[in-house]
Amino acid sequence: MSSFISHPKFTCALGAQQTVTAITRAVPIVHSGPGCAVKVHELLGQGQSYVGGGTIPCTNTGSKEVVFGGVHKLDELIRSTLKVLDGDLFVVLTGCTSDIIGDDIGSVVEKYQAEDIPIVYAETGGFKSNNYVSHSTVVNAIIDQYVDKFRSGNGVEKGLVNVFASVPDQDPYWEGNLEELKRILEGIGLKVNILFGSRSGGLDEWKTIPDAQLNIVADTWAGVKIAKHLERKYGTPFIHFPYFPVGGEQTSDFLRKVSKAAGLDSERTEAFIKKEEERFYIFLERMADFILEFRYGIPRRFYTVLDSSYAVGMSKFLVNELGILPSGVFISDNTPERWQKTVAEELENISEYRSVTPVFETDGEKILLEIDKDDHRNRFIILGSAWESHYAKQHDADLLILNVPLTYRLALNCAYIGYNGGLRVIEEIYNGVLETYRS
Amino acid sequence: MSSAVKTIIPKINIDLPEVTIREVRLGSVTNFTGTAKELLELSECGSLKDKGRAFSQSTGCSSLNAFCQLSGIRGVVVINHAPIGCAGDFQSFDFVHRTSLEGFGIHDYNGRFYSTDLLEKNTIFGGIEKLKTAAREIFEREKPKAIFITTSCASGIIGDDVGAAANELSREFGIPVSPCICEGFRSKLWTSGFDAAFHSVLKSIVKPPRKRSNKVNIINFWGSRIFDDLLNELGYEAQYIVPYATYEELEYISEAAATIQICSTLGSYLGAALEQLYGVPEVKYAPAFGIEGTDRWMRELGRVLDREEQVEKIIERRHREIAPKLEEYRSKLSGKKAYVAAGAAFGHALSALIQDLGMTLVGASVYHHDAFYDNHDKDSDALANTVKTFGDIPNYRVCNKQLFEIVNVLYNLDVDILIARHPGIVVWGAKLGLPTFIMDDEQYAFGYQGILNYAEKILETLDTIEFTKNLQKHSRMPYTKWWLTQPVDTFTIGGSSK
Repeated sequence: MSSFISHPKFTCALGAQQTVTAITRAVPIVHSGPGCAVKVHELLGQGQSYVGGGTIPCTNTGSKEVVFGGVHKLDELIRSTLKVLDGDLFVVLTGCTSDIIGDDIGSVVEKYQAEDIPIVYAETGGFKSNNYVSHSTVVNAIIDQYVDKFRSGNGVEKGLVNVFASVPDQDPYWEGNLEELKRILEGIGLKVNILFGSRSGGLDEWKTIPDAQLNIVADTWAGVKIAKHLERKYGTPFIHFPYFPVGGEQTSDFLRKVSKAAGLDSERTEAFIKKEEERFYIFLERMADFILEFRYGIPRRFYTVLDSSYAVGMSKFLVNELGILPSGVFISDNTPERWQKTVAEELENISEYRSVTPVFETDGEKILLEIDKDDHRNRFIILGSAWESHYAKQHDADLLILNVPLTYRLALNCAYIGYNGGLRVIEEIYNGVLETYRS
Repeated sequence: MSSAVKTIIPKINIDLPEVTIREVRLGSVTNFTGTAKELLELSECGSLKDKGRAFSQSTGCSSLNAFCQLSGIRGVVVINHAPIGCAGDFQSFDFVHRTSLEGFGIHDYNGRFYSTDLLEKNTIFGGIEKLKTAAREIFEREKPKAIFITTSCASGIIGDDVGAAANELSREFGIPVSPCICEGFRSKLWTSGFDAAFHSVLKSIVKPPRKRSNKVNIINFWGSRIFDDLLNELGYEAQYIVPYATYEELEYISEAAATIQICSTLGSYLGAALEQLYGVPEVKYAPAFGIEGTDRWMRELGRVLDREEQVEKIIERRHREIAPKLEEYRSKLSGKKAYVAAGAAFGHALSALIQDLGMTLVGASVYHHDAFYDNHDKDSDALANTVKTFGDIPNYRVCNKQLFEIVNVLYNLDVDILIARHPGIVVWGAKLGLPTFIMDDEQYAFGYQGILNYAEKILETLDTIEFTKNLQKHSRMPYTKWWLTQPVDTFTIGGSSK
């Protein structure tokens, strides 16, 4: 790993402001220098949505607060935010300035909590971690300071699950991905707290988090700390599927594992899988003619420059369901060592016929220098971010942007995981290919 | 041309390690409610005072504005000594520069920006070693002509001596390594970041002139090469700075025949510095927006470049050329009510343009106000010129880009169109059902052609009424009814600005 980061593909701990804005009618309150919330928004998220970007209340800490402390200013900001903005949950997040000078924000926020105002706080000074990590910090803070207090259920409800699968806006397609996960999990008979986005039940759903029978983590590592926290707090068991399931094989595997862990009726699960697979493979079968016959060149090799959850899911899908072979699996999310092992194991067993060794690197320029060592005799595709766009263009390579920064894409509700996500990947790869032959 | 000013003119001093922030240097403020005339009077008599806010929303910061300039210099690299979040603007500027440079005929641009990724342990033990290690690795990889190191709140508060490290690295590499002190918390004016970037460029790259050239510096953001035709006709060559100039070109911007600014908020410090340090005369008139503004600016350009007669001919010709279209547009736009939200200099410029087109300006929110510019020349004051030409502007606000205040104003004023300069604002006009557009291309409105461009854009935007009405119907409004019906300066600390 380089000692620095070029081509940043994630942001600092304050990136968790997007975790808040992804909850319906939740409002972040940021206690940081000016510019922080806006810079996070430059990289993550398209559109301010309800209260995002420049709409986010912020103390805009200046020299005075750095010298004399900023708790008074934060107190004033919270009081006025409650008057100005219409929200159901307020989440106070800190930036570098506050965390370095040591503002005691707990003492400020607890005063409001004592009045039963729905408000929580978390320390997210930029230097503390990246936003994959702080996502769980903030979710756990909401669970401890809000959910626990306002919980609405009557104890464990059979069939109810919480899903932790995608870091909102860090996964640019989180909304579509969560929608697809909810759809398939409901398909096997579960009641699903998806928690983020328009398909969730908003904060009412959050209030039933303690009542879940099972927590489902469907990413490599970002959601694990939340599930562990809930296991300790409410005794809820969890299942960890360590990557994004993409396409027929992986999604069915995911559903079977969940079904077993939740003790569901396996016949119902299999019936749903059968129906979904039939549909999925009818399309795969139909497009096989095209990928086998097209005479002018389609990508035969791929590189990923993605976070671990996407890199594993996509690599498996491309190898096993599309016949596109790996030239390099680069993983750019600063994967903690413990989880690098998990990723390596998954890729070592990518198929019966081959194994892949991933490279963990956060210096995007270095990754491109590595990719450039290959002779590129075959047309190739990069699954990455906007940072790989120029290189791909220069080498007549295909590109599928699945990681932030998006820049060249507009993301609404499309999904890249699950059965529908697999179909989408196929359409996009080959639409991109055909587009290059348009006169 | 410049009239006497009471204030003593502080000479620009590039030997200082960092440039003084705007609130101190230019008497800049971020909060005012009143009329344009009142603001000018307060600035004039030196009694303009800034006010805080008990509610505020995230603004920009200096580091972004410093980076937007340094990142466009060809041949250099920028290292941001900061946690990774501060690098959130890397991709945005890679995209902006890449796209703009296509228009300059350059197709191989690659943004070379690096974050030292400061972590918790660095905030305890210091981040200088990490910075040096990174700089060495980057120097080996990229072999740049120069390295700029931009600072951050974190590096500033923990007291990392970036200046000393830069000196050491500069000796080691044999190239300029220049610190750019632009921590966000230091200034309420994010435009202080422009000054910080220019200070670094002046200190580390620009050399004393060897001769006078026929080039004219254009202190520019990005956009297109709109000055080429005009300057060629006058026998000069446009040199766009700081973005898109090469390292070598920047070395001798001191030799230029003159300096033009596309925006006085941007170029105040650099324009004044080049004149004071190297005798490059600055075209001190407010940038050419609107008919009168353009006439005045053109004449000043003619005077500085010694082309007065030629300029008069151009003015006459251009007036004749645009007259038929202008009349047509004026008749269509007459009486339409506009509101402007923009940075100071552009806010003033847009205000003039709108009134030139026969529209009614019902108010403006500018982001900040500089009581004066670095050249201390009153003719540079676009707001004063606009007020002189068209009269006072009611509902004039200095808003520090506070969206809650802009939304409040728009909710309560009778407006036909909102024109904004920066991202993040226009959507609120549209959510309130107003046809709205963003003037993100600052050159689009410049000069005589700019007036026509602008009129077309306004007409086109007024025609989007179905879209905005529909968006209004289906959008969520996060502001409480209570807030929308309060006076806009309710959260101003210390009461009215007057």
